Amino acid sequence: MSTPGRAAMTALDLAGEVRSGRRTAVAALEDCLAAIAADDPEVHAFNHVMVDEARAAASSVDRKVMAGDDAGPLGGVPVALKDNLCTRGVPTTCSSRILDGWLPPYDATVVTSLRAAGAVLIGKTNLDEFAMGSSTENSAFGPSRNPLDLSRVPGGSSGGSAAAVAAGFAPLALGSDTGGSIRQPAALCGVVGVKPTYGLVSRFGLIAFASSLDQIGPLATTVADAALLLDVIAGHDPLDSTCLSGQLPAARAKLDGGVDGIRVGVVTELATAEGIAPDVSARLREAAEALANAGAKVDEVSVPAAVYGLSAYYVIAPAEASSNLARYDGVRYGLRVPAEDIGSMYGATRAAGFGAEVKRRIMLGTYALSAGYYDAYYGQAQRVRTLIIRDFESAYESYDVLLGPTAPTTAFRLGAKTADPLAMYLSDVCTIASNLAGHPAMSVPFGTGDDGLPVGVQVLAPALGETVMFQVAAAVEAVAPPRTPPKQGIEAR
Amino acid sequence: MRAVPGRISPADVAHVATLARLDLTDAELETFVEQLGVVLDHIADIAALEVAGVPPTAHPLPLRNVLRDDIPRPSLNREEVLAQAPDTEDHRFRVPRIMGEAP
Repeated sequence: MSTPGRAAMTALDLAGEVRSGRRTAVAALEDCLAAIAADDPEVHAFNHVMVDEARAAASSVDRKVMAGDDAGPLGGVPVALKDNLCTRGVPTTCSSRILDGWLPPYDATVVTSLRAAGAVLIGKTNLDEFAMGSSTENSAFGPSRNPLDLSRVPGGSSGGSAAAVAAGFAPLALGSDTGGSIRQPAALCGVVGVKPTYGLVSRFGLIAFASSLDQIGPLATTVADAALLLDVIAGHDPLDSTCLSGQLPAARAKLDGGVDGIRVGVVTELATAEGIAPDVSARLREAAEALANAGAKVDEVSVPAAVYGLSAYYVIAPAEASSNLARYDGVRYGLRVPAEDIGSMYGATRAAGFGAEVKRRIMLGTYALSAGYYDAYYGQAQRVRTLIIRDFESAYESYDVLLGPTAPTTAFRLGAKTADPLAMYLSDVCTIASNLAGHPAMSVPFGTGDDGLPVGVQVLAPALGETVMFQVAAAVEAVAPPRTPPKQGIEAR
Repeated sequence: MRAVPGRISPADVAHVATLARLDLTDAELETFVEQLGVVLDHIADIAALEVAGVPPTAHPLPLRNVLRDDIPRPSLNREEVLAQAPDTEDHRFRVPRIMGEAP
């Protein structure tokens, strides 16, 4: 890597150095921009690097520090944004041709919060088109690659954000998680990724995929950095009617609390789900044992409805997507393919603007909602969703947090699953239940698989259980094997 | 056991594409018949579940209407919004002919 040791600097340390004047925000940014210039042509984490905007923001932070003003909790820290978060006047594409060239007229609320906290927004990261996918291969602008092994995917759909953090392009990134899209790429890239409780973070300005499932969340190299970022973006927003208000949990409240007496349940149905690789199962068992050694009360727990999660998800998410994506009609923004009448224009524009996976999900959702099938698919899926919530709530009567794998395998090779949509969908088998329930969950790196690539362990918690979830995640991080340098990635050169 | 819907047909796929306003090529239609069939086979397990007494969940939160005081406040900049449209006329979005379209 072009600047050895850069990745070792956490956001907390960097913010501290900038605040104390030991390092300027401009110097920190230039290191990141140099790393991006050197390595991103291969990694392709970014769709768009905000060079001028970032330099202006970093200079502004440095002026504040010089003047003795508060630079904010993220003062001078570069943050990458998934390219489905609206940034005023800066291209926001969802990695789709249908939004190519679009400049949003407003900022997402999380973007406003980051600016207010002193963050330096460094660029927009690649994703599976409209966040539909688990490898970033569904991007209209080409796939991202895993910085630890360039022949492998970084996961998805927030693959660009996970790759950016893993490559040291930025200490922090935001992603969105509808069925695992933050946690799975975090696991595959060896970083921390968090899906917060539904409603903890405003969705205003997050381009909608499945509105009852989508949540924005942080990616970071450490649990403490992820907590720092989540606490900045969480909170009520009058612009999102589904955003929670009242007493909300602080992610950072008990990071040093340890796990003595904490009740941890390893979810049998997730640990033994379809396709879980033996090395991933082994790391999960080791993490559970290490937590028990650290004082936690660890048991196995059955959450029977969790296994129906995948089927319910692949009805509900496409159904909501088919409705949300109706807005891309060539009238108000983005691509238009000219035609004689408006109906032909709609059909031709959407045919040219959407990629294969987006079309597949729109078709699946429209079918599931169509006359004659609504009750068999969508109605049933909504009832299964109730069962999943009941089963998890029952487990949380006896456990403070639950534990499972994040992804069934380590990072797979590019092209390995592109011809088989169902195989790709099974990548989400361990993560989707939290989205259906609206509960928080996060992935923490824990050792490596047989191929030397990172494995993630998932900590799940009840609604608004972020404080205890981060407390346990910090303990998992503390007992995890040391992270080894990658063999075929950008570090190896 | 509940009735599980039959396998999706080429006519079903063509009908759904019309509903979704997606022009599909013949090759895409053929691929979708096969791929959607595989996915629908997999998710048929929930269609067969006996959950008649279970209430549906449409959303993880109990949604209620959110109201605010009727006080004017700045909205989006009209020029900035219209500048993003494929076609405009007199500060409005311009679209092709809307009469006589099908279906």
